Amino acid sequence: MNKNQILSLIEKELLSEWRQRYALNGMILYLASTIFICYMSFGLKAGAIDAITWNALFWIILLFTAVNSVAKSFIQESRGRALYYYSIASPIEIIVSKIIYNALLLLALALVGFFIYSFVMERANEDGATFDLLYFLIAIVLGSLGLASSLTMISGIASKAENSTSLMAVLSFPVILPIILMVIKLSKNAMDGLDRSVSTDEILILVAINAIVFSVSYLLFPYLWKS
Amino acid sequence: MKKNWWKALALILVTYTLLAGLLMDAPRLNILNETIRNLHFHVTMWFGMVILLTASMVYAIKYLRSGQITYDDKSVEMAKAGVLLGSMGIITGAVWANYTWGEPWSGDSKQNAAAICLLIYFAYLVLRNSMKDEQQRARVSGVYDIFAYAAMIPLLFILPRLDPNSLHPGNGGNPGFNAYDLDSKLRVVFYPAVIGWTLMGVWIASLKIRTRQIERALED
Repeated sequence: MNKNQILSLIEKELLSEWRQRYALNGMILYLASTIFICYMSFGLKAGAIDAITWNALFWIILLFTAVNSVAKSFIQESRGRALYYYSIASPIEIIVSKIIYNALLLLALALVGFFIYSFVMERANEDGATFDLLYFLIAIVLGSLGLASSLTMISGIASKAENSTSLMAVLSFPVILPIILMVIKLSKNAMDGLDRSVSTDEILILVAINAIVFSVSYLLFPYLWKS
Repeated sequence: MKKNWWKALALILVTYTLLAGLLMDAPRLNILNETIRNLHFHVTMWFGMVILLTASMVYAIKYLRSGQITYDDKSVEMAKAGVLLGSMGIITGAVWANYTWGEPWSGDSKQNAAAICLLIYFAYLVLRNSMKDEQQRARVSGVYDIFAYAAMIPLLFILPRLDPNSLHPGNGGNPGFNAYDLDSKLRVVFYPAVIGWTLMGVWIASLKIRTRQIERALED
């Protein structure tokens, strides 16, 4: 594994994303319009929604955006280009660079989403809880890392099969559920302004799940890449 | 005959489980009462499922290391037998829950984890069907098998134990396994039942593995 190789692969991903900005803009627009649909359909003019709904809805929107944006990392890669990577880089470098790139992408999307979401969606605040922004951001970072590493691997698996876009959702949702549940718990703790020591368990578990998923992808991707 | 001793053992153990599990004296506890007998079916089937899915994962690793298609046959049939035991475990669990917790599905964290675990393996089977080339199918689904197994461990073993509201024994102040069988009466049936159901699963899987190999030989 070569650090420079990984860096240049990430750079290439970023560059190609930047050159065809319509994809990036499309994803942000997807996020924004989903949030707006939720805003309209909950009829938020009438009143704010519960903290639980607010939180769960935010993560569900992020989940769908993540599945859509990460799906393209292998599925939309053309055959010729895949062959080219195959000849210049080792599979481990490719998966590591893709995971890092997707993590950055999802983090950016999540932050933009969080901004728009908290801008439009009013949150009920029954018992005057203080919103713990730092821990909510930690939840966003850990969540995007987890989503990025598992979805990148799943996208690699799905790209080998026919009908891969619908397969992507089927394969990824059950695998992602533990991450999403933990993240929802963690961000709910942050929203309620609970004492920070309460969330230590969740953070540790999230880090552990991320570590498992990352190391399994690291070990298994070379086998997938061969075909 | 020498090779088949374990099939006889499976038959004996499962018959023993059915007879002893239903007829033997069972400890009576509040609410649970006689339903504790389901321990020999519901819990043991889950044990069997986990053992079979582990075997499936081990064969997937063996396939990826060696590239021999027979390991893939074993891997997929073990997974299918595991899913069969898992589905029966979830049904027997729902029946049990209906009498003790008042409803077949109460959104308990272990029930949810079990349902998700089955979803993962259904997805595995869907993935297998979506590819035609044998080697590629074996490789890709082997990768997913291992990946799914790694994702299943936190799901089944860690997350439910953190939920303070779980209705299952051993969580949130509920009595653990040991509280049921102070006189170890249940253990006498429980452990043989685990082995019996697992061997049954292996038997089903081995028959299907052989049909697969015969079919492949006929095609060639």
